[in-house]
Amino acid sequence: MNTADINLSNKELPMKKSMARKAVLPLLTALLAVLPATAMAGEEVSGSVAMYVVNNTWMLVATLLVFIMHLGFASLEAGMTQAKNTVNILFKNTAIIAIGLLTYAMMGFNLMYPGDFSIAGFFGFAGFGIAAPDGVAGGIAYADGAYSYWTDFIFQAMFAATAATIVSGAVAERIKLHSFLIFSTIYVAIIYPWVGSWKWGGGWLDAKGFYDFAGSTLVHSVGGWAALAGVMLLGPRLGKYVGGGIKPIMGHNMPLATIGVFLLWFGWFGFNGGSVLSAEPGLVSLVFVTTCLAAAAGIVGAILLSWVLQKKPDLTMALNGALAGLVGITAGADVVSVMGSVVIGFIAGLIVVASVMIIDRVKIDDPVGAISVHLICGIWGTLAVGIFSADHSFLIQLLGVAAYGAVCFPAAFGIFFVLKSIFGLRVDEEEELQGLDVGEHGMEAYGGFVIK
Amino acid sequence: MKKIEAIIKPFKLDTLKEALQTIGVTGMTVSEIKGFGRQKGHTEIYRGAEYRVDFIPKVKVELVLNSNMVEQTIATIMEATRTGKIGDGKIFVLPVDSITRIRTGETDEEAI
Repeated sequence: MNTADINLSNKELPMKKSMARKAVLPLLTALLAVLPATAMAGEEVSGSVAMYVVNNTWMLVATLLVFIMHLGFASLEAGMTQAKNTVNILFKNTAIIAIGLLTYAMMGFNLMYPGDFSIAGFFGFAGFGIAAPDGVAGGIAYADGAYSYWTDFIFQAMFAATAATIVSGAVAERIKLHSFLIFSTIYVAIIYPWVGSWKWGGGWLDAKGFYDFAGSTLVHSVGGWAALAGVMLLGPRLGKYVGGGIKPIMGHNMPLATIGVFLLWFGWFGFNGGSVLSAEPGLVSLVFVTTCLAAAAGIVGAILLSWVLQKKPDLTMALNGALAGLVGITAGADVVSVMGSVVIGFIAGLIVVASVMIIDRVKIDDPVGAISVHLICGIWGTLAVGIFSADHSFLIQLLGVAAYGAVCFPAAFGIFFVLKSIFGLRVDEEEELQGLDVGEHGMEAYGGFVIK
Repeated sequence: MKKIEAIIKPFKLDTLKEALQTIGVTGMTVSEIKGFGRQKGHTEIYRGAEYRVDFIPKVKVELVLNSNMVEQTIATIMEATRTGKIGDGKIFVLPVDSITRIRTGETDEEAI
């Protein structure tokens, strides 16, 4: 009987979040019949309970890995910007994880996974706050033994905050702190979970067969569209585009940027590996392989193209290449072949270098390359599912990309625009030149050192 | 009393310090500086955009010594820091009006 239980779980587990939730009720009935016997058995642990514990433990480990990605974002963004804005960058990253977690508990989770939609497939809200269903319904029966209600919440909550963090790097070194924080709160509390429900919550795009495994579109493009809107309304940093030319503003700490990228890669094992939504050995290990190979191929692609175009191999491009490969594979990490993952990652590495240079030439000033990495490679990764997986349609993938763009960009633009007319978006010229560390926070990141 | 200011390549500092110690120089002041002369700068690239680096890092060594040591010191500096390539730097000699050691109040030659 134990073996049978395990086999059953393995088959059912790879279901997407929404489907898992829908399956709760019938399964609950079935499990209720089984569980008293388990409890009676005393110290003997049944196979299904063992599987549940293993699954849930892996999902919590994956949550920890996604958590540490926030330190990765903070390090990368700090390293790629000027020393005089370091406190501001670190502060924003610290505030965003707090805002992301709290708003997700308050309303995001129930907006993203409403269960029932009040406007069919488009909008649903299951109420404020979070509360686990009683007993086994919030535990072993919650997602067919894959994870508990609380695990579901905290894993998804870690994702939510990453979408807002993506914006932080693109608008760095010139945005007013309070305007940014208000934007992040609205975007991560409402826009991210609402549009996320269209796919992961079982909404209309899910019904159409749109596929986004771990969020090339749902997380990365959603953040990327907001980054683009923010940068367009903000304008470039002072001194970036002068006399028709591009004057680079160098990041102040390449070791820190490198640490950040490796932390993000490390966290991606949880971001993608956890999106299997169980510890199913075959799928989780496959996702580790595709994720890793895509990152590696992204680095190689970025190195090659930057070397050819610039005559010098550029470290920051190699770092962006790793992230490009990771964002690219995120949509299809469990449905593409190993060879497919290498090609997706490699092309993402080429795309990110070209994109960084083109975006710079059209005078969209993105200090860390967030728009190229998260938006452009997020779109690529989502479309790539339709190319490299026989089971998914390119046109449906394109529809998904377009749908998210059509809502997220105007929404972000609108929020930023309103904030701009009420508070202003940009710090004044004197503060920008002096640095936001002193201007916004009255402190320095490197007290006692003279590196401005 | 003379002051010698030598602008040199940064990696030559240790060699110069040792050479000056062997001829009896008892103190010096060193600063990291930047500048350009005939060497000009060079071009660097950051994320696809080229930019000029005109100010090249150098080290400035300042010495104050008796006038009779100037010639030997200049010869020592040249020998220790010369690579023969453009950008080796320059040596300036300036007159010094007075010296006062703050701790003891000694002046001029006694204070060198």
